[in-house]
Formats: sequence, structure tokens, C-alpha cells
Amino acid sequence: MSAINFLVCGVGGQGTVVASDILSSVGLTAGYQVKKSDVLGLAQRGGSVISHIRWDTEPVHAPMVSLGEIDYMVAFERLEALRRLPYMKPEGTVVVSSQEIHPISVTTGQIAYPKHEELLQSLRRNVRRVFEIEALQTALRIGNPKIVNIVLLGALSSLFPIESIIWEETVIEFVPSRHQEINLNAFRAGRRLIKEESAL
Amino acid sequence: MAKRVLLSGNEAIARGAFEGGVGVATGYPGTPSSEILETISKRYRDSIYAEWSTNEKVAMDVAAGAAYSGVRSIVTTKSVGMNVLADSLFYLPYTGLEAGVVVVVCDDTGMFSSQNEQDNRWYALLGKTPILEPADSQECKDLVVMGLGLSEQFDTPFIVRSGMRIAHSKSAVVLGEPVTNPLPAKNFVRDIRKYNCNALFSRHKRPIIEQRLKDLIEYGETSPLHQLTWESHELGILSSGIVAEYAREVFPHASLLKLGMVWPLPEQLIRRFAAGVKTLLVVEELQPFLEMQIRAMGLAVRGKDVFPSFDEILPDKMRELAIDAGLLPESERRHPRVIDLGELPTRAAVFCPGCPHRSSFYLLSKMKLPVTGDIGCYNLGCLPPFHAQHTMGSMGSSVGQLQGISVSGCPERGVCTIGDSTFFHAGMPPLVDMVHNRGRGVVMIMDNGTTAMTGHQDHPGMEKTLMGATVERIDIETLVKAMNVKLVRSVDAFRVKEVEAALKECLTWEDGPAVLITKGACILVSRDPKPAYAVDLEKCVACDTCTKVGCPAVIKVDQINPRNKKRKTAIDPVLCTGCSICAQVCPAYAICQTSEKEAAE
Repeated sequence: MSAINFLVCGVGGQGTVVASDILSSVGLTAGYQVKKSDVLGLAQRGGSVISHIRWDTEPVHAPMVSLGEIDYMVAFERLEALRRLPYMKPEGTVVVSSQEIHPISVTTGQIAYPKHEELLQSLRRNVRRVFEIEALQTALRIGNPKIVNIVLLGALSSLFPIESIIWEETVIEFVPSRHQEINLNAFRAGRRLIKEESAL
Repeated sequence: MAKRVLLSGNEAIARGAFEGGVGVATGYPGTPSSEILETISKRYRDSIYAEWSTNEKVAMDVAAGAAYSGVRSIVTTKSVGMNVLADSLFYLPYTGLEAGVVVVVCDDTGMFSSQNEQDNRWYALLGKTPILEPADSQECKDLVVMGLGLSEQFDTPFIVRSGMRIAHSKSAVVLGEPVTNPLPAKNFVRDIRKYNCNALFSRHKRPIIEQRLKDLIEYGETSPLHQLTWESHELGILSSGIVAEYAREVFPHASLLKLGMVWPLPEQLIRRFAAGVKTLLVVEELQPFLEMQIRAMGLAVRGKDVFPSFDEILPDKMRELAIDAGLLPESERRHPRVIDLGELPTRAAVFCPGCPHRSSFYLLSKMKLPVTGDIGCYNLGCLPPFHAQHTMGSMGSSVGQLQGISVSGCPERGVCTIGDSTFFHAGMPPLVDMVHNRGRGVVMIMDNGTTAMTGHQDHPGMEKTLMGATVERIDIETLVKAMNVKLVRSVDAFRVKEVEAALKECLTWEDGPAVLITKGACILVSRDPKPAYAVDLEKCVACDTCTKVGCPAVIKVDQINPRNKKRKTAIDPVLCTGCSICAQVCPAYAICQTSEKEAAE
């Protein structure tokens, strides 16, 4: 593919920005021209967070992607995946964590959180491939909820013909040295999640 | 081959300061500019002294003093910080400097995290200061380096105007070596006629400044700052900054003059470009800053008749509006599929689980007090479920507004909410005003021990500086007592009853203003989670009191109290930090810490 567009979305505090940094850096190492754009807003305060990443063999000018132009979405939270669906190409792929974080509008009873099955149906009706993965549970099993971002990247990486060594070296570059091992475990566990799902 | 790395615009500006031989870097934190000084302090601390100054005006003066001492300096600010900074920027074109000064302002077009949408290019005109505009990370680095050199060449500060989309996007940058290393400070130059802006001396600078602008225009005519790309002669785009990059994608066949210096403008270059195209289109976000100047040259131009004067002009919008205006063929129109998602729950930002501000806003909301508010995380108190911070204007304005309510004769006793960093920035003068002029009301200083909203930068109430030095903190309680505030109460923000009692006491105070300091560390700094709490569903009566503390960890479950038909509550153990605020307000005593709960079982 000459151009690949990614969207990383989630809730402030989930580690989406580091994930999008790693994804950008992998593209550069793999030989693409890369630009990315974060809309952080109130990033650490539980608001919606979104990053656009463009890999291209041609020069990239704008750092953001148009509606309907995203090839791969990595969503850290179910509702956020649904919210960003209009960005997806019909032939695109969504990797979504099964985690739900209820916004205050739901807690205070103003509106209901979308039902799980209906939410998945909406995604599947509009996008060719949807992988919902147990990213948070996997991170907790390995030992830290914060590595959920690396679990998700691991899952995404299994969909590309880019050597896993490039991914792993980039992950190591971006995480504190004392946390390298747990992050590599997270990456490899994430990579297996999609393989297992595809086999079903 | 030179090393190419991905840098954000902010990181690239920091790199530019390093390669440009900056010795002193200052600023006050503000989105989207904060990461510039953070990057400098992390990566280049061996060659650059960096400080978070008390406010932007102080930051500008510190940079000026360094430049007068022969050391190159850089100042960083967010869009609205420019208003605070400008007071001190405006004397620098009169004095000039001994070493280069670059002021980096990060605008917030689209208003992602600012109280207004201001176009800071006007400061160039108002303050007679040339302004450079980068379009990506590489240009961020290059323009800082060039700006420092030009600042010395023309004996005036240079502004570099970035913005949210540049600051928070990443693109490849070729790293270079420092063009010059920071020079050691020299003996102070005692040149009163140059550096003292007494009107006696200063008025003689006016013709010098006007001549400098003519010199800058001449420099601009052939400067590599401006990039001219000839394509079709039907349409010529004149633009600058990141929208020029969008324009390359939206108008691939148009000729493009991308300006690197947007004031003063290279008039002859623009005239030649205009003469070479049938239609000249100015593509700029916000106000018609370029367009007005080009119209003043007598040139026919399109611009704000096509694009609006507010909000961003992202590529999709640029394309649509250009098609509507007949500047692109109808065949260019895109038709993204419409997906009906119905109404989705919005996700407003909220106080983090474990936030020390939660108790205060729970009480302010419950007591229905009038609250003037300030800028910081605590402004989230204006959102559901609290609706309790009723005003927010600019840094420090909550205290002056409280004084205004007090002297207006308003029958209600008011409260203002201001954070520790904001109090140091601009809250001290209005509090002194309240004391001197005998205003009444409660000044709540919400001391979470950091500048939280912008990412936890240091301030004078902390023991660390940006350079990592350990210093004695300035104690806010001592400070306000020294200001002669007669009633000062300090309470633990995590004890709801304690905050409530002190607030009630302060509200009855008649002898000038009362200050209530709510102390509690920001959970993102203390990183001190305690065991999570849990709801005993047998005891929960679904009264919804716990949802009034607005915590993301408090969630609804399907189990219903048959008496009021409401859903009961649970606590997300991953999000809960064990702060206990929900447990303290629960009238049914249904919430307890998991360790206690397990012990009870």
C-alpha cells in the first residue's frame, strides 16, 4: 500500500498518545513519510482523545485525515470506536478494546451507554473487519492496566507485513527501561490476541 | 545522512533553541505551548537554563535581561498569554538587545483549550515586531534558529507564531549541530539611552524603528523565508503556516506563495506573484491579516469572501468552500458516506478519580453559592454534575470579580475558586486589592501542589524548579496572612466535613476577605492510589447522592431499588483510587474500602 491512514482514539489517561507516537515512529523506520496530529484537549481529564497518523510513500502535507479515509482504527474504548466510525473507509479495519468507560452523561442518567451487541453491529455494518479484543483484561493479567496501549498495538501489528522486530524495538525506545519487559510481554500478548480471533 | 527524527512542533522549537545557541528559556505553561520548555529542560539542560516564570510578563522580562547581558533567549506562551506578555514585549523594539530574542506564541485556532480565539499576528503590527510562521516541525526548528540570528541582525525581538495543529502534530526533522553555542554573559551594558525607555530617549527610537521595518521589507523580498512554487497561472494561493500545507493538498495545480514572515510583508514579491496569476486567493485562518495588507497594496484578491474568519479551515472544509466559490471544479467534491449513529453519549472532561477538587465542588453545588471561577482543572466545576463555577474569564480574574460582587451591593456572599499556580500568576494583586478596599467574600485557593491542567509544571509554591533544583517553597498561608487577610483557614481537601465547616465559617466573615485553602495533592502527581472502594448493593438505596460527586469510577448497575425504581451504583475498581469522597457523602453508609469489605466478609 502506498498510503496508510490510522486513527487512534480513546479516553484521556488511557495512553493513546504514546501508542500513536509509537505507530508514527514505526512508519518512519519502515521507510514511509509520516505525519501525525493529536487532539489532546483535556487529555488527562477523561475527555475524548484522538490522533491521526498518516504513512505515505509520497510527501505528506496535512497531518490529519479526512472523514471516510481511515484504513485502521485502534480504539481504546467501545463508545469512542463508535463515535469515530465516520472516519472509516468501508474496507477498513477496526481494532477495539472491549473496555467501557461510562461518561458522566451516562452515570447521571441523561442517556444510556450503547448496548454491546448493537454497538458491535453498527461497527460491523460499516467496516469490513472488526476485531474486539480483551485488551484491558490481557494487560491486567500481565500485571498493569497502563500497558493496555501496547497490547492494542500488538494486536494491530499482526495485521501488517512489517517485521515485529521493528515494532518491538520502537516500543522499547518509547517506554522507561525498567518497564521494557512488561511492555514487550504486552506487545506479544496483543499480537496473539488477533491471531486467535482470526482463527475462530 | 543527517538523522531524521519525528518531532512535535513544540519539540522542534526546543531543538531550534538548542541549535540556535539559546542560553535562557522562559515561559508560563499553557496549552498548546507547554511542551517546549519541558523538552528543553529534559533534553538540553546542559546548555540552556530554563524556568517556569510566575507569569508571561515576568518570563518576557527575564528573557530581556538575559539578552541585555549578551545571552540568546527564548520565551514561550500560549495564545492568551500573549496579552500578559505584550506589556513587556512592546519595549524591546525600542531598546533592541545585545543577543537574539525569540518569542514563541502558540495560537489556539478552533479554541480547543482557551477562553477566546485571538489572532496573535496583530501583535506584530501593534508592537512593531516582525513575525515568522512555520508550517511543520522542520520549519519550527529552522525559524527559531533563523529568528535568533535575524533578531541580532535587526536589533529587535522576533515572534515565531505556532499553533495547536503544529505544536501537537509530529513530522520528520533533520537534526543539525548547534550553529553557535550559548555565549557566556558579558558585563552589563550601561547604555541608558539605548536600554532605558524614558520617553526622553525612547521617542528618538521611532524613526529607527520605522527604518528597521523598511530594511526588513527589503530583506524579505529575497529571503529564503518565503517559498514560491509556480504551477498553473489560473489560480495563485498566498498563504502561510499549516494552512499553506492544507492548500498544497486541496489545490495541487495552483501556484503557491508560502510566506515565512507574515509581517512586514515583501511587497514586490507579492506584486510579482499577483501579476503572474489570473486569480489571487489568500488562504488564512482567523482574521484577514494578510488580505487587508494586500488590499492596501491595491491588489485584487479573494479571501474572506470564501473562507470564514473564525475556527480552523481544515482541508475538507477548504475544499468544500473553494468549490462553492467556483475556485475548484464541482468534480472535486467529495461525498463521504453518511453513517447515522443516533445520539451518542457525550464525553466531557471530568475531575479525575482521586481529584482533590471534588469535595469543594460537591459542596459549592450543594450550597448553591455564587462562584466566580479561574483558569485551571477546577473550571471543570462548571460542568455536570456540579454546575458550580459560574464565571471564568482570564487568569486571576476570579478574585477581582469577587471584589466587584462585594462592592456592587449584591445581597449574596460570593466565593471565588482559584488554583495555587494561578494564584501566583495573577491572583495576588486582586487579593491585595480586596484587603485594601475592604471587600468581602471567600477566596478559595485550591492548592493541589502543582500546575495540574497543563501537565504538572512547577510554581513558587513547590520545592522543585524546572532545572531540578530543590528550593524552599513559598507557603500560601503565610503569604496571604502577610497580605493582611484576617481569616485564613487551611483544610484537607479529602475531608468533606472539614471543608464544609471551614467554608461556612468563612462565609460569615465580615472583616475583609476570608481565604480558605483546600490542600490535597493532585492524584496524577501523588500517584498514591489506595485500595478501591465498593458498594454494598444490599445497603445501596439508589438515592444518587454519590453520583453528585461526579466521579468517573462511580457507575450505574442494572439492579434497581424497587421503591424509587432507580438503578443502584457500583464502583469501577480499575478507575477508583480510594479517595473516599463518595463514601463520605453516602447517607446509607453503603460504600466502603474493598479491604474493609473483605475483612467484614
